[in-house]
Amino acid sequence: MGVTTALEWLSSCSGCEIAILNIGEDLVELLTEHLDIVHAPVIMDHKYFGQCGDEGTELEIPEAAVGIVTGGVSNEEHLEVLEEMRKKCKILIALGSCATQGGIPALMNGQDSARSFDEIYQTPSTDEGATRPDQGVPDLLDRTYALDEKVKIDLMLPGCPPNPAHIAELITALLEDREPDLPTKSVCDSCPTRREGKGSVSTVKRYTENAEFDPEKPVGEMRCLLEQGFMCMGPVTAAGCAKRGAPSCIEARVPCRGCFGSVMPKGNQMLDMMNALASNGIDFKSVVDRRSMLRFSGAHGNLRPPRKAAVKEE
Amino acid sequence: MGKVLQIQPVTRIEGHARISVHLSDDGNVEDAYMSLMSLRGFEKFIEGRPAEEVPRIVNRICGICPWMHHTASNKAVDGCFGVTPTPTGHKLRELLQVMAHINDKILHFFFLAAPDFVLGPDADYSVRNVIGVVKAAPELASKVVKMRQLGQMMLDRFAGKAIHPIAAVVGGFSKPMLEAERQELLNDTRTLLDFSEYALEFAKENVFSKYMDVIGELGVITTGFLGTVDRADGSFRIYDGTQRLMKADGSYVDFEGEDYLDFLGEHVEPWGYGKMPYAKSWDEGFSLDLDEPKGIYRANTLARLNVCEQMSTPKAQAALEEFRQAFGRPAQATLLYHYARLIELVYACERTIELLEWDGITDTDVRAKVNPGAGRGVGVVEAPRGTLIHDYTTDANGCIESANLIVGTTHNIGPMNMSVKQAATSLIKDGVYDQGILNKVEMAVRAYDP
Repeated sequence: MGVTTALEWLSSCSGCEIAILNIGEDLVELLTEHLDIVHAPVIMDHKYFGQCGDEGTELEIPEAAVGIVTGGVSNEEHLEVLEEMRKKCKILIALGSCATQGGIPALMNGQDSARSFDEIYQTPSTDEGATRPDQGVPDLLDRTYALDEKVKIDLMLPGCPPNPAHIAELITALLEDREPDLPTKSVCDSCPTRREGKGSVSTVKRYTENAEFDPEKPVGEMRCLLEQGFMCMGPVTAAGCAKRGAPSCIEARVPCRGCFGSVMPKGNQMLDMMNALASNGIDFKSVVDRRSMLRFSGAHGNLRPPRKAAVKEE
Repeated sequence: MGKVLQIQPVTRIEGHARISVHLSDDGNVEDAYMSLMSLRGFEKFIEGRPAEEVPRIVNRICGICPWMHHTASNKAVDGCFGVTPTPTGHKLRELLQVMAHINDKILHFFFLAAPDFVLGPDADYSVRNVIGVVKAAPELASKVVKMRQLGQMMLDRFAGKAIHPIAAVVGGFSKPMLEAERQELLNDTRTLLDFSEYALEFAKENVFSKYMDVIGELGVITTGFLGTVDRADGSFRIYDGTQRLMKADGSYVDFEGEDYLDFLGEHVEPWGYGKMPYAKSWDEGFSLDLDEPKGIYRANTLARLNVCEQMSTPKAQAALEEFRQAFGRPAQATLLYHYARLIELVYACERTIELLEWDGITDTDVRAKVNPGAGRGVGVVEAPRGTLIHDYTTDANGCIESANLIVGTTHNIGPMNMSVKQAATSLIKDGVYDQGILNKVEMAVRAYDP
C-alpha cells in the first residue's frame, strides 16, 4: 500500500486540483503505486458523516500520513475541515496562494465584508426582498484567512495555480524522505527579458496596450516590461511559475500580477512594490488602485477594510 | 420524528455542496435539497478595480472553466470601454475558449462521471473513482489521461497559462499566433478529434446503451432550456451569438445578452448560498414543484443541443441527428447531459480546426486601441456548465463601479434540486437505503457537472 493521503479544498476554485492533474502521465503512477488516497472530495466518494449520511454530527476524515489543503479559510465549515485535517494528518501541506496567503477571495478583506455579502443578494437580477441565506449554510468568518493563521502548517507551495512540476517534486521528496527542491527567489530572477537600465520611465501605465516585442523572436529578446513602463510585479513576487524558461505571464507577453504571493511567506507585496518603484524614480501615485497589488496576498492582515467604511454615506 | 440523511460533501463535482434527504417516520422521502455551501463575493470585490484587470481576477471563479470567465469578462470590458476587438483578436479568444471546452469534457466524463458507469453505481466507494477506473480499464485510462493532458498543454504552450489565463485582453489578445504554432496546434487537435469520435462511440456502446433504463428514470424532470445560437441560422454557438430561451413544449424566444434582465431573474432560498436563476419573462414566478415547476429552465450541454437548429460542423451534426432521432427535441432525461457533453466534445475539436484553418488567425493585428472610461458592458459566453453572463459598469477612470454575474452552474441549481428530489423519492422506500442508492441520488447531480 502507498502513503495514505487526504485532500481537501476550502475557499477555492479547483484550479489547484487541475494543477495536480496537470502533472500528467506521472500522476497515474503516483496515484496507483505510491499514494493511497483515503479522502478527496473532488475525485473520491468518502463522506464526512458516514457513507449514508446518518452517522453523527461531527465531520470525520480518516487518518493520513500526508494532507493537502487548497483554498483559504472564510467560513465555519472551512475551519472545521481544516482543524480535522490537522488532527488526522501527520504532515499538512498548504497548496496554492489561497492557502498560503489568502489568494483572490481575500480581496474581500479590503471591504466591509458583512455588508458586501448582503449586497450580493440585492443585485438587479435578484428578486426584490431577498436576503443572505442563513439556514444550514456555514456562517462566514470576519475575513478570509491563510491556513497558517489557523493551524500549524508543515509545508507551503504557493501559486495561482501552483506549478505541477513543483507539486510532483514536493510529493516525490516526501516519498523519498528528503527536502524538496523548490524555488526561493523572485519572478524577476526567473525572467529572461532584456534589461537595459532605468531609462526615462517616471510613471507606470495601465495594461491597456500590448507590450512592444517581435513575436518571431523569443521572450528573451523582449525588453523588460517594467522598463517598457508597465506595472509588473515580478520584483516582489515569489518565483515558481516558469515552465518553459520564462514566467508564465511574461511568456504570453503580459505583465506579472503577483500570483505566487510575496517572496517572504508573510511579506507585503504592495509595500515592497511601492518601495521598488520609488527607488527607481517612478512616481507611486501613477499606480491606479494600489490595493490590487495585494490581490493574491490579502490574508495575514495585509488587506483591511477602509477605516471610514463604517460611517460612509448614510 | 423521521431523520435527515446528510450526504456531504457531494463528491466528484467541482464545488462544495450538500444533499439533505428528509425521511418521514416510515422512512419515505418527505423532501430533499441540494445546497451550495460556499460564497466568495466576486461581484463585490472587483468594485474599484481597473476594468482591464478584471478578466484576470474573475477567472478565479472557477479553476476548471477559467477561460470562459476570462472571455466573458473581456467582452464585458470591451463594452464598458466602447472598443471592438480586431477580427483576429476575436477569433483568438474564441479559439482558446473552444479549446478549453475540449479538456473540460474529457475531465468531466472520464474522470468524474465514468466511475459510476465503468465500475457501476453500486460499487464500493473506495474503488468507485478514477483510480478504480485506471485499475479496471488501464488502456482506456492511459488514453484519456494522455488526451486531457494534450489539450491542457496546447493551451498552456500557446497562451502561457492554461489555468487562470491572462492572454485575452480588452480589445483582443496579448500576442499573435506564429505559423509554426498554428501547425502544431492543428496536428494536436486532429489527434483530439480522433479521440473525441472514439470517446463518443465508446460511450454509446458501453454507457448509454447499457444504462438506458437508468437514463430513462434517474433524476428525470421536465423543464425549459437556455443556450446560445447563431444570430443568422440558429446554429450551436459557444463564444458569441443570441440567447435562446426555450419552453418545455419547444417554443422559444431569442434575446441579446445585454437585455438579460428582461428575461432572467434570480430567486433566493434561505437554505443555500447559490442564487437560482429562472425565466422571469414567462411571468409565472418560481417553483421547484416536480409536477408543476414554474420558471424553471436548464442550461449546460443538453440545453445547448436542445435549443440549436443544428451543429455547424459535420461530425457533430451527424451525432446530433442520431441523438434527436433517439430522444426527440427537446430531450429531457437528465443523464443525457453526458451524451450531449460528448457531442459537444466532437464539436469543440472540429471548431478548433476550423478556427486554426482560418487565414487571418496568424495576423499580427491582435489588439484594438483601448481608452478606459465610463460605460456598461455585458459579456455572454457558453461555459461548460451553462450560459455565463458578466455585466459591468465603469466610472470615468475605467474602474468597476458595479458588477452583476450570473454564473453557468447556477442556472441548474433549481433543476438539480428537482432531480435530487425526484431521484431520492423514487429510490428510497420504507426506510431502505444504502451507499449505492445514495450514490445514484448523487449521480442525478453529477450529470449537471456542477
